[in-house]
Amino acid sequence: MNEYANRYYVVLILMLSVGLIFVIRLFSIQALDNTYKKSAENNSRRTVIEFPTRGLVYSRDSALLVENLSSFDLMVIPENVQEYDTVAFMRVLSLDSAKFYTAYNKAKKRPSLPATVYKEIPDSIFTKFQEIKWMFSGFYLQTRALRYYPLKSAAHILGYIGEVNKNIVASNKYYKQGDYIGITGIEKTYEEILRGQKGKKMYSVDARNRVRGSYKNGEFDEIAISGKNIMLSIDADLQLYGEKLMGQKRGSIVAIEPSSGEILCLISSPSYNPNLLVGKNIAKNYGQLRNDKDKLLFNRAVMAQYPPGSTFKIVNALIGLEEKVITIYSHFNCSGGYHVGNFTLRCHHYSSIDFFYSIQGSCNAYYCNVFDRILRNKDYSTIGKAYTKWRDYVLQFGLGKKLGTDLAQELKGYIPEASHFDKYYGKDKWRPLMLISMAIGQGELGFSPMQMANMTAIVANRGYYYIPHLIKEIEGIDTIPSKFSQKQIINIDSSYFDDVIKGMERVLLPGGTAPNAFIEGLDICGKTGTAENPHGKDHSIFVAFAPKINPKIAVAVYLENAGYGSTYAAPLASLMVEKYLRDSISHPEWEYRLVNTTFKYKK
Amino acid sequence: MSNTRNWIINLDWFTISLYGLLVFLGWINIYAAVYNEEHEQIIDLSQRYGKQLLWIGAAIVIAFIVLLIEVKFYHFFAYAIYGFIILVLILVLIFARDINGAASWIEIGSFRIQPSEFAKFATALALARLMSRFNFDIGNKRDLAKAVIVIMLPLVLIILQNDLGSALVYFSLFIVLYRKGLPGWILLLAVFFAILFIASFKVNIFSLELFVILVASILLLINSGKINELAPALAVFTFTLIISWITANLTEVNIELHYLVFIALVLSSIVYIYWIYRKKLEVALVVLSLVYASILFLFSVEYIFSKVLGTHQQNRILVLIGEKEDPRGIGYNVNQSKIAIGSGGLIGKGFLQGTQTKYKFVPEQSTDFIFCTVGEEWGFVGTTTVIILFLVLFWRILIMAERQKMEFSMYYGYAVASILFFHFVVNIGMTIGLAPVVGIPLPFFSYGGSSLWSFTVMLFIFIKLDATRQNIL
Ligand SMILES: [Zn+2]
Repeated sequence: MNEYANRYYVVLILMLSVGLIFVIRLFSIQALDNTYKKSAENNSRRTVIEFPTRGLVYSRDSALLVENLSSFDLMVIPENVQEYDTVAFMRVLSLDSAKFYTAYNKAKKRPSLPATVYKEIPDSIFTKFQEIKWMFSGFYLQTRALRYYPLKSAAHILGYIGEVNKNIVASNKYYKQGDYIGITGIEKTYEEILRGQKGKKMYSVDARNRVRGSYKNGEFDEIAISGKNIMLSIDADLQLYGEKLMGQKRGSIVAIEPSSGEILCLISSPSYNPNLLVGKNIAKNYGQLRNDKDKLLFNRAVMAQYPPGSTFKIVNALIGLEEKVITIYSHFNCSGGYHVGNFTLRCHHYSSIDFFYSIQGSCNAYYCNVFDRILRNKDYSTIGKAYTKWRDYVLQFGLGKKLGTDLAQELKGYIPEASHFDKYYGKDKWRPLMLISMAIGQGELGFSPMQMANMTAIVANRGYYYIPHLIKEIEGIDTIPSKFSQKQIINIDSSYFDDVIKGMERVLLPGGTAPNAFIEGLDICGKTGTAENPHGKDHSIFVAFAPKINPKIAVAVYLENAGYGSTYAAPLASLMVEKYLRDSISHPEWEYRLVNTTFKYKK
Repeated sequence: MSNTRNWIINLDWFTISLYGLLVFLGWINIYAAVYNEEHEQIIDLSQRYGKQLLWIGAAIVIAFIVLLIEVKFYHFFAYAIYGFIILVLILVLIFARDINGAASWIEIGSFRIQPSEFAKFATALALARLMSRFNFDIGNKRDLAKAVIVIMLPLVLIILQNDLGSALVYFSLFIVLYRKGLPGWILLLAVFFAILFIASFKVNIFSLELFVILVASILLLINSGKINELAPALAVFTFTLIISWITANLTEVNIELHYLVFIALVLSSIVYIYWIYRKKLEVALVVLSLVYASILFLFSVEYIFSKVLGTHQQNRILVLIGEKEDPRGIGYNVNQSKIAIGSGGLIGKGFLQGTQTKYKFVPEQSTDFIFCTVGEEWGFVGTTTVIILFLVLFWRILIMAERQKMEFSMYYGYAVASILFFHFVVNIGMTIGLAPVVGIPLPFFSYGGSSLWSFTVMLFIFIKLDATRQNIL
């Protein structure tokens, strides 16, 4: 047996070399390669995001506008699911089994991760499931907060929340797939205040992803910070009343407190129940609302661009006075209209019109003359310069520019630049007559009801405004965004405003264009308007503020295709003013007539 | 009976201490692997570390009994024990219940033992007895065949029980044959076929055939140095291959390339055999036979794999060979195992501090993957220590085997070292991704009564043999 004695060494060397290979390998994975340490950490740690409660929204009269409701989602961790009685399961949960299996099979692709199989289980089923859930391991219910709008009102103000899209996830670190974010309205503007701050809790988990305790005693945990509650300047009563008056009519009402710029109500009509854009039905309902013939998602109050009609005469009167092309003693002759050569712009007077009556009776001829004088002003070398000066005044009124309100959808409206006419007619080759319709608020002008309400507030304030805004208070913060407390001053002498107001006061008196909207003791100053509309009957417009001294409310009312401004828009504005100032209605018959009137809309 | 005192004095306490140390370290790590806050007591029979304490107690008793039994008994009853265990294996095959897909347990009451564990030392005894016969000659084909049968019989029975890991262990006994004088080339040949087997899953058969033929041609050239003997055959081979390939393509007969190679090989060998016959080239004949054996081997592997095995078994083999990713299956285990060991770093996370261990990321962690706990909690220092302890044990056993006067004891010692070594290689190898995942325990470390007892019996029989080496029969 010693013949092969050296084979002892062969065997020994074989064994030692294997040992050496093992040691080298272990050195490489234990000492040199750090990736295993990281994998181990990821393996045994799970981060659970703690979602903060979203802030509530109140109205200035303390009505709850937006609250949170908890709902329950049926969740599953597929790898924890054991054999169960499928029939009983379906029966208890009264689930749509096809839907359930689609979601469940999708979840099974990542068996260790929780997945939603059924969203928003109704309360009745929730109770039943609690009793029998022990029979179905792997399934559990998870609370999820849903927005709820108890007044079912103010949809265009409040907006809605929905899941973030990929662009947001890519551009904003805070949001992760599946998070909710404000998409329009207040929910969007005050997203960061309302949402709060997500927190996280880290847990140690085992191989089956079961939580075994907090990770490193919560050293890395962050507490979720609840969203702040906010109060809006909206008067819930007024908002609801306006919505009631509007019914299914197309149009808009915007009311502002002139002294602060706070928006008292903002109605885009027809509106929709904001609760439709909540939870699992959001996609379906969104599609329906968007495709509705009334363009329900279109916020007319800040997005529609109507010609201002005769209400614009207020602005031209003020510019004329400030530019000193007229005085309050200026008279112009109205002979059934404004005549230049073959051109006639019709009116209904046959006399010499004074300044105050030009507003009270809304004389077209008067303002054609005023506008003609503004554009022919000798202070400016060319018509282009005179027009640009006039346009600057209009822009100061916040007309044709973005006001910067806290409704992000607002559009700036339209007022052409001088270059527009230069292009059309040749440099300074154009004459006042070519744009004379702008004298009476027709032609190429487009302003939103919000802009017109703000213009009215400027008149009420005798020459200044605060950017209209919805925010009134933010919980825990003394101030609102500073841009809303900066006075915006119009370069027109305040005494001219008093003169214009004198005319506006008479609009509701006998001989005015809207005596039908007069309410005893309210001192309402207003101006009717009719916006020509190529697509059908004219839009009815009325702007007003009250009372004359220390005005509390300025309002702009638009009723599409309702015809002459005084017929419907004026009494509606008066009702709104009375509702706000007195909280009662002295002319229920107006209310009755408005609520029960519908107008014909094309398409 | 003055011999009694004699053998106690002669006990190899170094080996016994190593054994004790390994069993102790094993238990520490089982405790860590199973540990959870709710069961902190060491003696808790509901927990594996509690049970393992029981098994260790029993193992000590068993070790005593083994030491008390006369050496003559092991020698005399070697075949009987072997025969008995073979019978048990057959009975198990017929009656035992199926656990984890391996039908390998015997149940007595609530007590389960695994006969395949005990077949190891029985086979070692029988093999040692056979090879220590005074006229045993490994060069004699009959004797070699007997030795191979002793090894293969339990191996086949255990494979039939679907316990691949335990079966493969028996291959390690060829080390004993090697020590006896089995030519090294036979072992090399076995390694060659093993490599061919694995390669057949990684490379297509066509390339492997060409590779084998190329290697054979080079060998023949080196051997004879005469290109003219081989050239005609190679010409015929190339010509046939090209012609048959073109024909197959033209006639659109759907025939696999590797069959064309085979046809070409047969035609070219006819030419070559003429030279072999004329010049009596014996080496060439051997090489040619090897080429045929390799190709037939490849064909049968392919046939068995694709026609005989079910999808499940196919997948298992593919994952074993590393040809298929299986993140939640075997591949997952190896990956988690490497993560656990790798995360231990140089000095480890400390006793009971291993998160991968505590939260059961590695399956079977107290049994087959106990080395992960060592790696995670004790780091590179711990793993190296364990490896050195095992190497020292193997070395010690080899030294003891070499000092035996009885061939029986010597071969038995080699068998013990080989079996332990095989377990060591495959078990630790699989936890660090160097060996396929076949579930076999790490000796003395892994949880489980059967394996601990069988290794104890195996080792202590050798310690007893060694202690009485002075008293020649
Ligand atoms: Zn007139």
